[in-house]
Amino acid sequence: MTTRPALLVRNVSHSFGATRALEDVSLTVPRGGFTALLGVNGAGKTTLFNLVTRLYANRSGAIEVAGHDLRRQPTQALRRLGVVFQSRALDADLTVQQNLMYHAALHGIARAEARPRVAEVLAQVDLDDRAGARASALSGGQVRRAEIARALIHAPELLLLDEATVGLDVKSRAEVLALTRRLIAEHQVSALWATHILDEIDPSDGLVILHRGRILFTGTAGEAATAAGGDLTRAFLDLTGVQA
Amino acid sequence: MSGWTTAFRGIAWRETLRFVNQRGRFLAALVRPLVWLFIFAAGFRAVLGLSITPPYQTYVLYEVYVTPGLCAMIQLFNGMQSSLTMVYDRETGAMRTLLVSPFPRWFLLGSKLVAGVIVSLLQVYAFLLIAWVWGIHPPPAGLVAVLPALVLSGLMLGAMGLFLSSAIRQLENFAGVMNFVIFPMFFASSALYPLWRMRESSVLLYDICRFNPFTHAVELIRFALYLQVNWLSLGVVTGCLALFFGGAVLMYDPARGLGIRRKGG
Repeated sequence: MTTRPALLVRNVSHSFGATRALEDVSLTVPRGGFTALLGVNGAGKTTLFNLVTRLYANRSGAIEVAGHDLRRQPTQALRRLGVVFQSRALDADLTVQQNLMYHAALHGIARAEARPRVAEVLAQVDLDDRAGARASALSGGQVRRAEIARALIHAPELLLLDEATVGLDVKSRAEVLALTRRLIAEHQVSALWATHILDEIDPSDGLVILHRGRILFTGTAGEAATAAGGDLTRAFLDLTGVQA
Repeated sequence: MSGWTTAFRGIAWRETLRFVNQRGRFLAALVRPLVWLFIFAAGFRAVLGLSITPPYQTYVLYEVYVTPGLCAMIQLFNGMQSSLTMVYDRETGAMRTLLVSPFPRWFLLGSKLVAGVIVSLLQVYAFLLIAWVWGIHPPPAGLVAVLPALVLSGLMLGAMGLFLSSAIRQLENFAGVMNFVIFPMFFASSALYPLWRMRESSVLLYDICRFNPFTHAVELIRFALYLQVNWLSLGVVTGCLALFFGGAVLMYDPARGLGIRRKGG
């Protein structure tokens, strides 16, 4: 049981009517690692995330979160999942603290237990002084940090981050990325980081390249770059056929 | 406390906070039936004669007749308000927080439904208190006896709102719900006039009113307020509750993918 991957996706396909969004996708996110899911807009990253989070039902293949099959054991699988969605998902009417308390309740964490945990994660994302602020009053970077804190509240084993830096300025983007890397190390959680920005990927990161619903590469970013003379951008362009 | 209770309390707390934060919503929910009671009913009292019909054992003022209908109207609007917030939450993305909870969808939707009914009960009892001051005096025990009827009718109308929210793709479409659901349901019912009056005008309309679930919600409340049970209405409201809630759970099932908007990436 200790060697089970944080996420196992096996032969998953998904269509919207006649449009094939994912075609026989298989990937593994190892425990304790940072894996980047790289793909251009429309590659199928969000569709894959919606399947893993069970916002869409998976009809083919299998998805396991920390060894729990999403179809047969959805409760156990979703308990082990923390999610930061591509678009903002904080409740604008609530304060930051109320948002986190609400999320904790939705994971069955009682108020007495949730309160100190909320304070702890807000301090970790450097938002403790904004706990009482309405979510609608936060900057883009602060919203993202609050959403990362929210995703960690129930101590998940796998963190899914869907283009978490989209819409942020360069400084906020770097801060959010650095924060995520620090937190996944501190919380010993695995992360699947969906992005289309190559600068966000380190050579030691796991890398999955998704293009037009198909997996084109799995390995480390360093391995992909080495195959293209040390240039990850070149490797990505060669694999996908996308014009620079 | 079990995780299930915690999750339910969290959802109920969220709904209450939303209600408290939107004070205008409480005011609007209260003012709407009061306008009907104070102005509309006063005008119609002179025009509309009412015969003695169950559960009333004597002639009643028009204000007395419409009071149960206005209670149901509060719940109808509250149910639609819940539906509106579901669509709003889906548009803003906040709904995904709810839907990725590890608890089953039926439980999450059911908790949201019950929380909405609790809010509607506060509104109805505030209205009944003002109506009492205005001179509408049902039997005092009726104010207690009506509670289960209000819970059941609130659940039925809330479930209908949930079901509708799964089919409404955009907030802008909500005006259609007002025009094609709320107004026809309210006016084609026994809320404002007894059905025998309707039959005098049109048999077809009378039949429509008889099959309108809102009519049965009104009659369930009316009879309970006067310490009686309208068994037919109880059956219809319970059946419609099961139908609407079952439909909502089905429509929000991940297999149908209707809980969220399709978005590529």
